[in-house]
Amino acid sequence: MGLVNRPATRSVSYEPQSQEGWVTTRLDFLVNWGRANSLWPMPFGTACCAIEFMATAASRFDLARFGMERMSFSPRQADVLICAGRVPFKLAPIIRRIWQQMPQPKWAISMGACASSGGMFDNYAVVQGIDTIIPVDVYVPGCPPRPEGLIYGIRMLQEKVMNERRADSRLRDEMRPDPTSQLYIPATAIDELSEPFGNSVHQTRSAP
Amino acid sequence: MTGRFAIVSAGDALQSGPPPVTPRAVAHRGGEANHSAAALSAQFPGVVLRTAVVWGETTVFVRTESVLDVMRWLHEDQGQRYDYLSDVTAVEYRDLDQPIEVVWHLRSLPYRRFLRVKTQLEKTAALEVPSVWPIWKAADWMERECYDMFGIKFIGHPDLRRILMWEQYKEGFPLRKDFPLRGRFSRAEQLRQALAQNPEAKYSMEELSIADAFEDLPEEMRKRLGAGERTGE
Repeated sequence: MGLVNRPATRSVSYEPQSQEGWVTTRLDFLVNWGRANSLWPMPFGTACCAIEFMATAASRFDLARFGMERMSFSPRQADVLICAGRVPFKLAPIIRRIWQQMPQPKWAISMGACASSGGMFDNYAVVQGIDTIIPVDVYVPGCPPRPEGLIYGIRMLQEKVMNERRADSRLRDEMRPDPTSQLYIPATAIDELSEPFGNSVHQTRSAP
Repeated sequence: MTGRFAIVSAGDALQSGPPPVTPRAVAHRGGEANHSAAALSAQFPGVVLRTAVVWGETTVFVRTESVLDVMRWLHEDQGQRYDYLSDVTAVEYRDLDQPIEVVWHLRSLPYRRFLRVKTQLEKTAALEVPSVWPIWKAADWMERECYDMFGIKFIGHPDLRRILMWEQYKEGFPLRKDFPLRGRFSRAEQLRQALAQNPEAKYSMEELSIADAFEDLPEEMRKRLGAGERTGE
């Protein structure tokens, strides 16, 4: 996945012995390097995934190694929304509001099966994947994912941040929801994303 | 009942006897019924339809129109003193002809008793029962939840609106047997309606400050704040 062996062209080399006080690099690299290594997470923990998320932030797994030691409990000072746990429909406008309050640049991690797809809760109350409400960058599978899994997802997000180009301005454009339905993606796409799978396909949607 | 907040210790109305023990090897059906069931039948003839003992717990079925009288008597009679309402819920059976049951779980702390009171509501009539909110304030949210999930109207409740689902929820009552598991609308429509709910319409976004709540604070705290103690705001 390119997480272990990064191309050497992306490194900054500095030799203290040589008294020359300058380095050269690409502006993209410098900005992305700064962003990727100082992501401030906004934890949106609703269920057991949040417990694993707390374990990730605690000393054994130590999220601070990746520049994420500062949990931002205000969306105004956050860079990455980590949705850990199932999101009921009643929380849908709240997570949408939090996402809209976050300033650019911002990313979202959907942690665990429930946040990514509704998981086992294929019922009337639970959103079938938060990608129907907000755009998601990284999905972390698991029920719940182990801290290593979340860290792997965070490293993937850092890799994604490192590959962004400032010339591509669309990347950081704020998404505008459809003014009438308030949906980011078409209704047909949401219905397709929310299709039942596994055992739950045998259950009927309509009333008997 | 001496004051509004009288302290009750469990078992303090019992005559001094052996200390309570955890019952063992309880039979599924039958066994000794709660004394309150017989007392209730004697006090309200014709109101108690039947009594059942299941796993050592007594259930009495009462007529719907008498629920409030029965509950008030159970709460206030000095021989009963059911001072703790632990649950209000409802049951709908898979057999669609069976009536819906509304269930109250009562506990008498002074007498160490548990009583389950049920009433049956025919589905052909309006699903209405009297609210026990005037007796136990704890019924407030439990009756709201029961209304939200089953659509049972509690007559006399001060603020009967949905509590788990949002208030504009249009799909019906989720725990009813005729409610499909995934809801009645498509996922996109459900999401559209959920995003259209406006949480701020009912819930204030302003924080309550100490100054706003000053009159409701306890006496000694008002005295301390009046003397210039800082609240950390």
